[in-house]
Amino acid sequence: MREATLWTLHLAAGIVILVLLAVHMGIMHLEDILAAMGTGYPDPLSWTSVVVRSKKLLFTVAYVLLLGTALYHGLYGLRNILLELNPGRVAARVIQWLVLALGISLFVLGTVAAIVAYVR
Amino acid sequence: MNRARTGRLGILGWAYAGRFGVERYAYLLHRITGLGILAYFLLHVFVTSSRALGQGAWESVMGFLNKPVFRFGEFLVYVAFAYHALNGVRLILGELGFTLGRPGRPVYPYPVAHRRQRPLFLALMILSAALIVAGGWDFFVLGH
Repeated sequence: MREATLWTLHLAAGIVILVLLAVHMGIMHLEDILAAMGTGYPDPLSWTSVVVRSKKLLFTVAYVLLLGTALYHGLYGLRNILLELNPGRVAARVIQWLVLALGISLFVLGTVAAIVAYVR
Repeated sequence: MNRARTGRLGILGWAYAGRFGVERYAYLLHRITGLGILAYFLLHVFVTSSRALGQGAWESVMGFLNKPVFRFGEFLVYVAFAYHALNGVRLILGELGFTLGRPGRPVYPYPVAHRRQRPLFLALMILSAALIVAGGWDFFVLGH
């Protein structure tokens, strides 16, 4: 793909992450403040809460979407930072393939986990 | 030869290669927080995937991570997120041309895009600080 396309995807992924990660951080880390405001959603890390979220289709779809966009955004950023340091041609190719392989394997792992938790 | 002239200062050049405006330090912080969040996130995928193995696996992982050092690390990730997300809003607006202003004649004092978008930067940083305070309150005072 053209570098310009990859960069545009990086920006687009950033916007998706902004929305989804804001929700994620709100649920996970502002839970006591939100609960005090009447959401009735404390202790998001307990097994019961995890199961409730994992069984909802909307959450599962959002998990996978956030996983994909965040892996792309983060690893593309890492790749840019590394390539900017002027590695040799061979090193640059190794970096690209390693980053791609890391992204794909973590995406598969996270997606399988989300689907298993949804159907169980 | 002056290393700055070769354009190959490497990592040192991120922090200092001449006179920088505040946006350059915002950029440096954006990189550092980005790399920090990425390092956390790669491990986070492994940790949270343990929910697929059932209640026992999940609770043993969560029990292991329920230590002050990990809690503080988690707060640092939250802080990095609050900064990276809101500074990223400014970067994307700039990238799409919204904060650049209209072209005009170069009459002294020259209108500079940086100066034009600085109120936005300031507003976003105040918002980011507010989020960090709210998060710190939730992390350390309300106690989860």
